[in-house]
Amino acid sequence: MTITGMTSKEVTKKIFDKEELFILDVRNESDFKDWKIEGENFEYLNVPYFELLDGVEEIIKKIPTDKEVLVVCAKEGSSVMVAEMLSDAGLNVSYLKGGMKAWSEHLVPVKVGDLNDGGEIFQFVRIGKGCLSYMVVSNGEAALIDATRMTKTYFDFAERIGAKLTHVFDTHLHADHISGGRLIAEKTGATYWLPSKDATEVTFGYQPLEDGNDVIIGNTIINIHAMYSPGHTIGSTSFVVDEKFLLSGDILFIDSIGRPDLAGKAEDWVGDLRETLYIRYREVSEELIVLPAHFMMLDELNDDGSVSEKLGTLFSKNHGLNIEDEEEFRKMVTENLPPQPNAYQEIRQTNMGKVNPDIEQQREMEIGPNRCAIR
Amino acid sequence: MDNIKANGILDAKGLACPMPIVKTKKAMNNLDAGQVLKVQATDKGSKADMKAWAESAGHQYLGTIAAGEVLNHYLRKSSDEDATEKKHPNVINNEDLEQILGSNENIVIIDVREAAEYAFNHILSAISIPLGELEDRLNELNKQDQIFVVCRTGNRSDLAAQKLTKKGFTNVMNVVPGMNQWTGKTTGIHK
Repeated sequence: MTITGMTSKEVTKKIFDKEELFILDVRNESDFKDWKIEGENFEYLNVPYFELLDGVEEIIKKIPTDKEVLVVCAKEGSSVMVAEMLSDAGLNVSYLKGGMKAWSEHLVPVKVGDLNDGGEIFQFVRIGKGCLSYMVVSNGEAALIDATRMTKTYFDFAERIGAKLTHVFDTHLHADHISGGRLIAEKTGATYWLPSKDATEVTFGYQPLEDGNDVIIGNTIINIHAMYSPGHTIGSTSFVVDEKFLLSGDILFIDSIGRPDLAGKAEDWVGDLRETLYIRYREVSEELIVLPAHFMMLDELNDDGSVSEKLGTLFSKNHGLNIEDEEEFRKMVTENLPPQPNAYQEIRQTNMGKVNPDIEQQREMEIGPNRCAIR
Repeated sequence: MDNIKANGILDAKGLACPMPIVKTKKAMNNLDAGQVLKVQATDKGSKADMKAWAESAGHQYLGTIAAGEVLNHYLRKSSDEDATEKKHPNVINNEDLEQILGSNENIVIIDVREAAEYAFNHILSAISIPLGELEDRLNELNKQDQIFVVCRTGNRSDLAAQKLTKKGFTNVMNVVPGMNQWTGKTTGIHK
């Protein structure tokens, strides 16, 4: 039997289509427990590759023959080895091309809406890590919001739709992933906007983003309105795009809210978080469609793989928006917080331009889920 | 800083997963029980995998020292030392030794584990004389001193204590169980 490589794109399609898949994950038990490929109808078996060096007899009975089987490891090498052993034993299996590293870097563009006068807004779903970035397109111009470091994906996409990148925004100084904003701005000449309160330590030039700033994309057609919304970080800023969409950054998610502790200031910022979610956000239209910078669980994905919900719906359904008691709210967002994202301090330093890790180091730093939310 | 003695060295530099572990497994087969292997690797994931593999295979993962791009992993091949019967009559348990240490810093403690085991973690005042070198280094010791001998599980130190007694040392105590359950102060290279 021959083994075949399955791409991250193919695995993503299986997730969106809710297909069945049996995943044999041959990474360390701790790595598997920490972070894996999630699918509604996926089954798992985790046996580290180094326990299979002498043969696969021990596990062969646990692997179904009536289902598609995918062997997964960190970088591909071990999954190829195990897949070959299973193939020699008569099974028909695939391995994940590029391993979890490729999985972490895979971006899927999904159109989430039409804007005024032919404009469009796209969501780039980083399915493996749960990060969401956005491209607002209008009249041959495009703006990026919360871009990842996989800059080529955006360049290729912009070229395909014939748009020129003119503005790049980060809603805040990210702690879970390395921003592509600076690099994109350097390569395209686009303006890089950062909330000034998050950018006090950055080592490069940027355009300070303030509450009330308006940026026009494509000849006065689409308006991006900045709305100061601190709480996840002191500078966190949301954007209202075309009076239709609310890009909420890491402040408000579909089934959770942002955590205030990743810059080390949980106690200080809990009040800001409360004010943003319970006062500022209630002053805008409930008809706005919320587009967050993350998702945590597959339940948060719509059928087309996109992540969005009407603000009014979140006001009634999102637990974090329904805690009347301030003390209870304070406790929820400052106590029993989930573990912090992998290497979050180094990631913040990188996004400030203070350190310049190479691509391999950047990949290592970003391993794992985003962990920016509290539920 | 990295000149810790090992019985074998494996060059796994430039190799990607799974090869560092595949090669380590083979190299381990060529060592005797209880011997130490140094593995040089550049794959960053090799540290977590070495540790997890060693645990699942029953070997001891001693630690890793990074030298530039290279990660030097130290592993000790499994041995059946836990099971062996101890023969030296004079023993002291970890807690009692810890108490003595607290009141008298000038006692003699000999750590007879391999140099690499000692390097990563040992009792502050212990001196390193691996069991295999003991015979040649008796002149470093004083026959009248009270000597405490420690190893990982109390077995190698039992052999060392017997040997010292045979050579005319009169006040030798075997520390049981030894370093694998030592909760007192230690020092060593940070793992």
